[in-house]
Amino acid sequence: MSQDTNYIPHWHRAWLYILLALLLAFLAAPIFVVIPVSFSNTSTLQFPPESLSLQWYVRLFSSARWQSSAYNSMLAALLTVCCTIPLGIMAAYGLNSIRTGLGKFISATLMLPLIVPLILVAIGIYFLYARLGLINTMVGLVAAHTMYTLPLAITMIAAGLRRFDRNQEMVARSLGANRLKAFMTVTLPQIKFSVMSAGFLTFIASFDEVVIALFISGGSNATLPRQMFNQLRNSIDPTIAAISTLLIALALIVFAAMQFLKSNEA
Amino acid sequence: MNEIAVPPLRRDSGIAPALAKDARRERSLMIGLALPGLFVVAAVLLSPVGWLIWQSLVDGEGHFTLHHYLSLFSEPKRLSYLQNTFLLSAEVTVICSLLAYPLAFALTVLPERLRKFCMFFVVVPLLTSVLVRTYAWLIILGRRGIVNNVLANLGVIDEPLNLVYNYFCTVLGMVHVMMPMIVLPLYAAMKSIDGDLVRAASSLGATPSTAFRDIFFPLTLPGLFAGATLVFVLSLGYYVTPSILGGGKVIVWAIFLEQTVSFNTQWGPAAAAGLLLLGATVAVLVLARTLVGVKANQVEL
Repeated sequence: MSQDTNYIPHWHRAWLYILLALLLAFLAAPIFVVIPVSFSNTSTLQFPPESLSLQWYVRLFSSARWQSSAYNSMLAALLTVCCTIPLGIMAAYGLNSIRTGLGKFISATLMLPLIVPLILVAIGIYFLYARLGLINTMVGLVAAHTMYTLPLAITMIAAGLRRFDRNQEMVARSLGANRLKAFMTVTLPQIKFSVMSAGFLTFIASFDEVVIALFISGGSNATLPRQMFNQLRNSIDPTIAAISTLLIALALIVFAAMQFLKSNEA
Repeated sequence: MNEIAVPPLRRDSGIAPALAKDARRERSLMIGLALPGLFVVAAVLLSPVGWLIWQSLVDGEGHFTLHHYLSLFSEPKRLSYLQNTFLLSAEVTVICSLLAYPLAFALTVLPERLRKFCMFFVVVPLLTSVLVRTYAWLIILGRRGIVNNVLANLGVIDEPLNLVYNYFCTVLGMVHVMMPMIVLPLYAAMKSIDGDLVRAASSLGATPSTAFRDIFFPLTLPGLFAGATLVFVLSLGYYVTPSILGGGKVIVWAIFLEQTVSFNTQWGPAAAAGLLLLGATVAVLVLARTLVGVKANQVEL
């Protein structure tokens, strides 16, 4: 559309650009408001803060509870990436060439985690894990997060595979490489940016996931979002702002990484 | 997959059956690659949901009953939760659609560089934890938050206003969370429209507003409906924002569900309540498909 609507001069569209700026401010400003609050030196939520301090960060980093929950989230997210990405590559690769019958059915089933309401998924998993003794375990959490992140990873990797010409892999195989070797040396290097993007997205989706973690992570395996959610319902002191600032930093890192990967891919 | 051109084979050449066998083997190998992922989804999603369906249909002694479902509708309170949920989702969907449309449109007419800059403000919220985005509203609208501070400094108010922990704040927080979910599909739909169509209309004498109304807008409707369906479906089962910003006053179905699980030792009532939510979600998706042709695979990010 961009170049095609030039018959309307930009200044005629001033109202549209003002609206755009307001809407973008609505989307982004609330997030960046959190950052100054995290540096305040009072325990009430004041904006702008009267004076600056690092006390909430000090409190955050000296609290064993916050530390262990951050560690749990980090570990769960890393393990989830390690499970989701290989499974996602295999499924995307297999289903990319089979679009009919059983293949179509399996594709649809793998996308179900996006459609079933998360709260229902969480309750179902809670019931299942209660019977299997998997509540409050890392294994259980990683299995649940793998299921939850798989559709996203498959979608992204499949998009990468569609841009790849599979005849190249055929050539490698006709020249004597076995299937696995052909995939590893010819296909994978060409879809690696999609795979890495999927990895970053999986990481942050697992790291930030609240609802499932609320039901099945607890005790010494409580995750950061669970801890944060429980705190938010009781008190809203600026420690939360300090964690939020770190989570915003994480989102920015993931955004930058994905932009970088995208620009490399094109 | 790109097919390799194969010369037609004579049926009696003896190679055809061998090739067919190869194709079958290839096909089952490819399906086999998807099985580990399928196993995870079956184990962690399908089997628990299947068990919930079973539990919702049997009573304490294992006999078939619809009692759990019927009792959901017996209390007026529960009906009001259901009504709250649909009303909230509908409001959020309508507001998001109205705000997302000009936003996505403006993004399509911007020059490339500026568009990338603006996209940052759409995508970064999507990547930021929902808890952070919800907490931000507590800072802005809280008793000692920004809005109250500004108003007090201006002398407009003496007492801080109660702006959080109510229905309005819940709608605001939900709209904020859901906005990127509709902006992105809508933007993709607008971007894929052939500009020649609009140009042709204007070269044939259509004014910009006519060209927009008769050509551009109808072509964006599939994207709009896909985004709106996604927002509505996600809102139906949304738990985090209403439970924090609603302050216990806005009981949506997801909150009722969580309470049923926490306070009940029996699975039946909670299972039925949860499956009603799933049923509503599926019904909305089916409706969207039959009425406006939104396919389930469009309702994905």
